[in-house]
Amino acid sequence: MSSRDKAQVLDETGLDRALTRIAHEIVEQAGGGQDVALVGIKTRGVTLAERIGAKIAAIEGTKPSVGALDITLYRDDLGLKAAQPVVRSTEISFPIKGRTVVLVDDVLFTGRTIRAAMDALMDLGRPRIIRLAVLVDRGHRELPIRPDYVGKNLPTSRRETVAVLLREHDGVDRVVIQEE
Amino acid sequence: MNVLIKGGRVVDPAGGIDAVQDVWIADGRIHKVGRGLKAPAGIETVDAAGKVVCPGFIDMHVHLREPGFEYKETIASGTRAAAAGGFTAVACMANTFPVNDNRAVTDYILARAKVEGVVRVYPIGAVTRNLEGTQLAELAELAEAGCVAFSDDGRCVMNAELYRRAMEYALPFGVPVISHAEDCELAHGGAMHEGFVSTELGLAGQPAAAEDVMVARDIILAELTGAHLHVAHISTAGAVRLVRDAKARGVRVTAEVTPHHLLLTDEVVRSYDSNCKMAPPLRSKRDVEACLEALVDGTIDCVATDHAPHALSEKEGEFAEAANGIVGLETAVPLLLDRLVRPGVLDLPTLVSRLSTGPARLLNLPGGSLAPGAAADITILDLERTWTVDPAAFRSRGRSTPFAGFTGAGAPWMTLVGGLKVAP
Amino acid sequence: MSWNRKDLLGMQDLDAAEIIGVLDTAASMKEIAAREIKKVPTLRGKTVVNLFYESSTRTRTSFEIAGKWLSADVINFSASGSSADKGESLLDTARNIEAMSPDVVVVRHQAAGAPALLARHLRCGVVNAGDGAHEHPTQALLDLMTIREKKGHLEGLNVTIVGDITHSRVARSDIHGMRKMGITVTVAGPPTLIPAQCQELGVKVSHRLEEAIAHADVIVMLRLQHERMQGGFIPSLREYSRVWGLSLAKLEHCRPDVLIMHPGPVNRGVELAPEVADSAYSVILDQVSNGVAVRMAVLYMLAGSKSA
Repeated sequence: MSSRDKAQVLDETGLDRALTRIAHEIVEQAGGGQDVALVGIKTRGVTLAERIGAKIAAIEGTKPSVGALDITLYRDDLGLKAAQPVVRSTEISFPIKGRTVVLVDDVLFTGRTIRAAMDALMDLGRPRIIRLAVLVDRGHRELPIRPDYVGKNLPTSRRETVAVLLREHDGVDRVVIQEE
Repeated sequence: MNVLIKGGRVVDPAGGIDAVQDVWIADGRIHKVGRGLKAPAGIETVDAAGKVVCPGFIDMHVHLREPGFEYKETIASGTRAAAAGGFTAVACMANTFPVNDNRAVTDYILARAKVEGVVRVYPIGAVTRNLEGTQLAELAELAEAGCVAFSDDGRCVMNAELYRRAMEYALPFGVPVISHAEDCELAHGGAMHEGFVSTELGLAGQPAAAEDVMVARDIILAELTGAHLHVAHISTAGAVRLVRDAKARGVRVTAEVTPHHLLLTDEVVRSYDSNCKMAPPLRSKRDVEACLEALVDGTIDCVATDHAPHALSEKEGEFAEAANGIVGLETAVPLLLDRLVRPGVLDLPTLVSRLSTGPARLLNLPGGSLAPGAAADITILDLERTWTVDPAAFRSRGRSTPFAGFTGAGAPWMTLVGGLKVAP
Repeated sequence: MSWNRKDLLGMQDLDAAEIIGVLDTAASMKEIAAREIKKVPTLRGKTVVNLFYESSTRTRTSFEIAGKWLSADVINFSASGSSADKGESLLDTARNIEAMSPDVVVVRHQAAGAPALLARHLRCGVVNAGDGAHEHPTQALLDLMTIREKKGHLEGLNVTIVGDITHSRVARSDIHGMRKMGITVTVAGPPTLIPAQCQELGVKVSHRLEEAIAHADVIVMLRLQHERMQGGFIPSLREYSRVWGLSLAKLEHCRPDVLIMHPGPVNRGVELAPEVADSAYSVILDQVSNGVAVRMAVLYMLAGSKSA
């Protein structure tokens, strides 16, 4: 099964502009940056959360709290797989209670990851509000979940995959659509 | 019973025969052995072309379990297993319930064998009362009743003074004292052989020394008393060396070995399968090699199975808790033919010596030869017959064997006792 | 690296990659102990049966906590003694339990090979929580986790295991596990407590404590059972603790950063002087917390997969 790049959806500049816009939207809605906590999901969501956090710091002068969430233990598809997925660690060093938490992920697809992330977050404390920021929304929701901040809306077919490549992990910043 | 066995390869070491000959049986006895025998018309004929005709095999170490443990085996089932395995006679050990330490039990065994048994049964009497190792059993009466040897097999007589007295007392009866050599203190708690395998498995092991120490002691006592000592189920290189040296010195010592101690090592215990659990335990490669060498050169006089049937529930479960013992009557001859004779480790005449001539001589039994006048106890082998060991098909009530699933070629084909066919 | 096995019977069966998989998973799960709500839904609806034939509050409790924090239903079966005298055979007990559809059975038994026997007969996964003197894999895994946490790595370290090696399942599991991770293992004890051909396990054997621990990065002290005096293995507890017990004085000749570990429970004053057990060298309590994390990881890897 090989994936082929069908089209580039965002280049380095486009990606950066999207994140900048998201950062401004978060700050605007929150009425400032201090109260906001960014929690990135899995690997790339964490990187994006850190970048957004840096941008908010540049805008407001103070850096928001940034944490990392591993949702493996909350997945609804454990037991359907032949072998257990690898568990990574959750690092949230600030209290969740009463905070405005913005979950950050790279691609929003069926919505199941976000459902698991919300359950995981609730087990750590009771936030005042949970909002969702995603770089790409590719449609095909299976649960009633909607993002608050979107980098790019991208209609896709189920056979396609959306790959988000980031400098810190893949050496380059771009978003591409691939054929399965 | 009149039978003519035609055209088989007759292997009779006692008579110095290894040739294609006919065997003429009249009234249950060997009448004549020769080429192209002209027997009366209408005599029952067995076409033994391509088969091997031998004096009946004798297993001198069998546990028939009756009286008292009939749920494990009976004289009926045990002797049928023996016949199927190619044996025309068995000597049965005394650890029944009650123990065969008085003539009432011996008489009972012989009476049952007469009615229920299909092969000859020779009882072995206990050395001490109830096998407790503290008081002599009534050896004179046991001998008179028909016991062919004395043994506390299953247990070792730990008291050297008592064992000396037993050997002395037994002298006039001309029967051997058979030793189960196992120093129970040294062996203490050991469920398998002590070595690297037991270390890895975390199972308490009994060192070879537990056997060697007792073999040495018993040989010295035999030397002191002049008794005929027979070492049961010898299994270690050390014990073999002791027997060899003793024989060279002229001590009246003989020894037997089981098929499993010739073919398996303690490596098979890694599965924790209690079908591999018996006493003495399976030993190291070095010990197996020493036993094979000794069997070939005659230091070990015979093969005896130590057929020890148990109920399934006594064998399944944790290894350390399982009963000691496996069955052997139906697997011995096929395994020896395939694993020792076929690859040329042992030739056929030597095998027949170890299974027939040897035991007969050792226990002073009629049998072990096809000389005219001898009882027509005959084992006929088919060296080409292929087999798979299937415990579910055993005649024995016991099913426990480490050889389940083994395959090979060479098996008993027909067994006759007094000219009467008892198997198949 | 994820697992593809039904049972965890011993360290001998695992390869280095599988061991690292458990250690990494356990490290990730350790964080749950620090939460206010110590629960994740991962094994919700799964049933874990603790079948303990040997009484053991600590290990059983550790498995119980591990299962419950993962939201599994944990049942404790405290079966008595050996099959032989108590009536119901091991296999019958197991079959009865299986009829209740557990997902994992954790078994501790005094007979080596008992978990292997169960694993052959049960459809569900079997975890060996200690079988006779054979293996205690979760103990070895938590020992490795503790060492890796404190030292940062495993390969190239020197570990000395001291005490009754002959009767110790912890020693055997530690030896197998540590060797697979590139650790050099030395065992030390009086010759009566070192099993036959022990060096063939790939370890150095020493009969002098001081020499055996001089260069050790980690010292694992084993518990000495009082029955050993009856069996003629040692003359007295007094002599054993003088010669083989660890004291602060003896530790002065060791590496300053040496770790002291013990599978517990500690015989204070016998194998460990009380001051040593309470010293900064000791990581015994870390072993206990890591025990829960490791057992969570093992249950996760066995109970969650499709084969269950």
